Amino acid sequence: MKKRKAFIHPYIPNSVPEIKEKMLEEIGVKDIETLYEDIPEELRFKDEMKLPEPYLSEYALKKHVEQILSKNQTCQESLSFLGGDCWQHYIPAICDEINQRSEFLTAYAGEPYEDHGRFQALFEYASMIGDLLEMDVVNVPTYDWGQAASTSIRMAGRITGRSEILIADSISPDRLLIIRNYCSPVVKITLINYDKETGKINLEDLKSKISDKVIGIYFENPSYLGVIDDQGEIISDIVHKYGALCLVGIDPITLGILKPPSKYGADIVCGDIQSLGMHMQYGGGQAGFIATRDEERYVMEYPSRLFGITTTIVEGEHGFGDVTYDRTSFHDRIEGKEFIGTASALWGITAGVYLALAGPQGMQELGKVIVQKSQYAINKLSEIKGVSVLFSQSSHFKEFVLDFTDSGKTVETINKSLLEKGIFGGKNITREFSELDNCAVYCITEIHSKEDIDRLAQTLDECINGGGI
Amino acid sequence: MTRESKVRNFHQAKWDEPVIYELSSKGERGILFPEIEKEIEAIVGDGISKLPSNMIRAQPPNLPELSQMQVLKHYLRMSQQTLGADLNVDIGQGTCTMKYSPKINEQFATAPKFTELHPSQDESTVQGILEIIYKLDLFLREISGLDKFTFQPGGGSQAIFAMVSIIYAHHEANGEAEQRDEIISTMFSHPSDAAAPNVKGYRVINIYPNEDGLPDVEALTEAVSERTAGLLITNPEDTGIFNPRIKEFTRIVHEAGGVCGYDQANANGVLGITRAKEADFDLCFFNLHKTFSSPHGCGGPASGALGVSKEFMKYLPVPLVEYDGSKYHLNYDIPKSIGKVRSFYGVVPAILKAYSWIMSLGKDGLREVSEIAVLNNNYLLKKILEIRGASAPYAKGRHRIEQVRYSWDELYKETGVTTEDVTCRMADFGFHMWSSHHPFIVPQPFTLEPTESYSKTELDEYISGLKKVVEEAYENPEIVKGAPHRSVVHKIDHDPLDDPSKWAITWRSYLKKSKK
Repeated sequence: MKKRKAFIHPYIPNSVPEIKEKMLEEIGVKDIETLYEDIPEELRFKDEMKLPEPYLSEYALKKHVEQILSKNQTCQESLSFLGGDCWQHYIPAICDEINQRSEFLTAYAGEPYEDHGRFQALFEYASMIGDLLEMDVVNVPTYDWGQAASTSIRMAGRITGRSEILIADSISPDRLLIIRNYCSPVVKITLINYDKETGKINLEDLKSKISDKVIGIYFENPSYLGVIDDQGEIISDIVHKYGALCLVGIDPITLGILKPPSKYGADIVCGDIQSLGMHMQYGGGQAGFIATRDEERYVMEYPSRLFGITTTIVEGEHGFGDVTYDRTSFHDRIEGKEFIGTASALWGITAGVYLALAGPQGMQELGKVIVQKSQYAINKLSEIKGVSVLFSQSSHFKEFVLDFTDSGKTVETINKSLLEKGIFGGKNITREFSELDNCAVYCITEIHSKEDIDRLAQTLDECINGGGI
Repeated sequence: MTRESKVRNFHQAKWDEPVIYELSSKGERGILFPEIEKEIEAIVGDGISKLPSNMIRAQPPNLPELSQMQVLKHYLRMSQQTLGADLNVDIGQGTCTMKYSPKINEQFATAPKFTELHPSQDESTVQGILEIIYKLDLFLREISGLDKFTFQPGGGSQAIFAMVSIIYAHHEANGEAEQRDEIISTMFSHPSDAAAPNVKGYRVINIYPNEDGLPDVEALTEAVSERTAGLLITNPEDTGIFNPRIKEFTRIVHEAGGVCGYDQANANGVLGITRAKEADFDLCFFNLHKTFSSPHGCGGPASGALGVSKEFMKYLPVPLVEYDGSKYHLNYDIPKSIGKVRSFYGVVPAILKAYSWIMSLGKDGLREVSEIAVLNNNYLLKKILEIRGASAPYAKGRHRIEQVRYSWDELYKETGVTTEDVTCRMADFGFHMWSSHHPFIVPQPFTLEPTESYSKTELDEYISGLKKVVEEAYENPEIVKGAPHRSVVHKIDHDPLDDPSKWAITWRSYLKKSKK
């Protein structure tokens, strides 16, 4: 081992040579190299790692990283209408305050005693999501919606003992990729068409594909294409007749005004909580939930941690702990359900803060203001020559598809022109859906003012028609 | 803390904090959202009546109602009732690498220049963050010796699942997916190394440790066959013993036609010392939330950085971040890709923090991290073995890498005090002490990993804590068995948590069941 000059780093207290010497002496070896005696020569890395020179002072590091980040142009600096699995909503200050607390930020896997607060905060998160969904069981968050949907399908597969799932093809294409990989080769996926006029599920196609060999159906409501499907009850009735299950994916921020899927027959509900208090973070704020009724045959199929409330030896004291820990792969690496590991707990705690702040009225008012604004945007944008709103006979929450075919311009060209004016246009889905050539998903939330929407309309009109409306 | 006792007269915050629903007061508001402009309302009306009537929620959700300061206070109290690494000598959660997560990195990850980026923005507007992702890939190539990294997996277990998916794709491409239906792992590797292949339909063979605590080469030789799809193995395993014959493992599996995946969740002691490449692995992953300092967040968000050798690049999940000499871009054109394992590009804040952490240390710093982690661990080992009732099974007299799986078996036999009891009593002094994953191959296990972040004084304090508890176990075991006494709550009643008629995973469920 090459000798390096003494290196005392603020993150490494025992890099002080005198302390090192003292500890080596206690251990009874003359150098650190001796401690690596079990790593044979042939496995040693003989070269030096080719890494850039470090920025040892914190100031230099700060300058360096900030200089790189300054190359980004954010949705705060620009006006963004991007949605599609990640959304720009307002983040209450207290959400950030809580998830930056040292205690929550740097805790991990302690016991229900010294980490009582972690257990309680996640129990409360599950409770509030449960009330939003009107379902009694909610997991400690998994990685994201894609994982939540994948696990929901695998759970349903174990519950029904079947191995084919029907999925509405209006699903997010990225999510479908995640599900395909997670299900292959154990569960077969069959797609159900959506109705090209309404954007809703094609019931005839569902009826032709459902059978008593099928696990059930998984669909999203509103869909990735922004359509609210009002056929939920009919869909669940159809699948239930075959002993199959109804699985629904949702964005929980819609549920202040939209009916939760449990009220139209859903057996398992999943989705992403990013909209509930997480910054977009370039896609880093996603976290998935899975919810079911409180039936043993459902609960025992969760791979996730489930935190429950219990009593302690002291009268009146709330305790918390793991419910049916033995189901997990932590307990049984062979027979445990799927697998469990570190996922997205801090975002769960944050979503709990968000829901506690919003309360019933806040969620309702928020839902209302979002649909009002998106309806206004749909009206306004559909007036532009060359732009049409797809599935306009159906209803939308915050997202809708704009079709630019009649404009004679591609989404790419239009988005480029918008970008020059400081606007991030909707997500280009041309390559995602072959039948939706030249289309984009636009997203309107509570952060968009009338002025923002008018500016979008005017700029789009200028890009396409070269003038004002 | 007096000079003589060396343990703190600690008491954790105990607010006796109610569940948030118990704090609800009708009509209170925690936050007000933007109001609708009158001009919009004049045009679209209330918005809701335009929705399908059977999709409108009948009753508002039964959420608690609290004012803002009351929500803040409730959550701050719960935070005080949680023992984070920033507050304790967090060396008791072995395998977890509870190192210091520098605050400057939190500043970067909470800056609007990063947080307000949407993942579908035009590439020209995200050159900064793409540069960071790409450069971290370059760094990890150096650290592992492999050829390309993806940061898509949202944790170590998801990275293991991605490795299994790549192994499957590889055999599928060779027309051998059906024939090769077995994955080999070891009992001291992470449970997910066995559980994740199961999800993919594999039969898993778990190799048990031999008397040296190492997975048995002979058992491996017997396990491999034309059915072998691959090997998933941690090294050092959770015992902290480095497997010097690891190259024989990869050779045997390769000769049988299998693919070798290195679980490098335990890499904190070997940065710049030994790499996946030298041990002939095809795939590996690191946990950015462990070795590379991103905080654990009560259990995520996390990141499993997955690396592959050239031959396996074609299976990586889409998109990959690439650089053409002037611009960074996202490459979706990977025809044999397994698809995706997580949405977008992974947990980008963890990527940013790991990048910054490496840039604060450089090559010498990373080696220093590992060397001090190993120094601290062997110092701790020496001191723990001096404690009555404690032992470190296997590899007697040998040094360990970054952690050790110890045993309280002797203590248990002599006093009836279990690992769980000691854990509960350690909480009374402000410490964590974790046992191990199941099954408990080491009886009455406990696992300590001191990392590079704690000073000698802190290590000594933790040791004093253990000594104190052991002293009590021999003199007055009831104190230990009745613990915790000075934590947030007292011994919980476990039975309702396993009883379907009593368990309550949400408050609404609790209300229903407690009424009965």
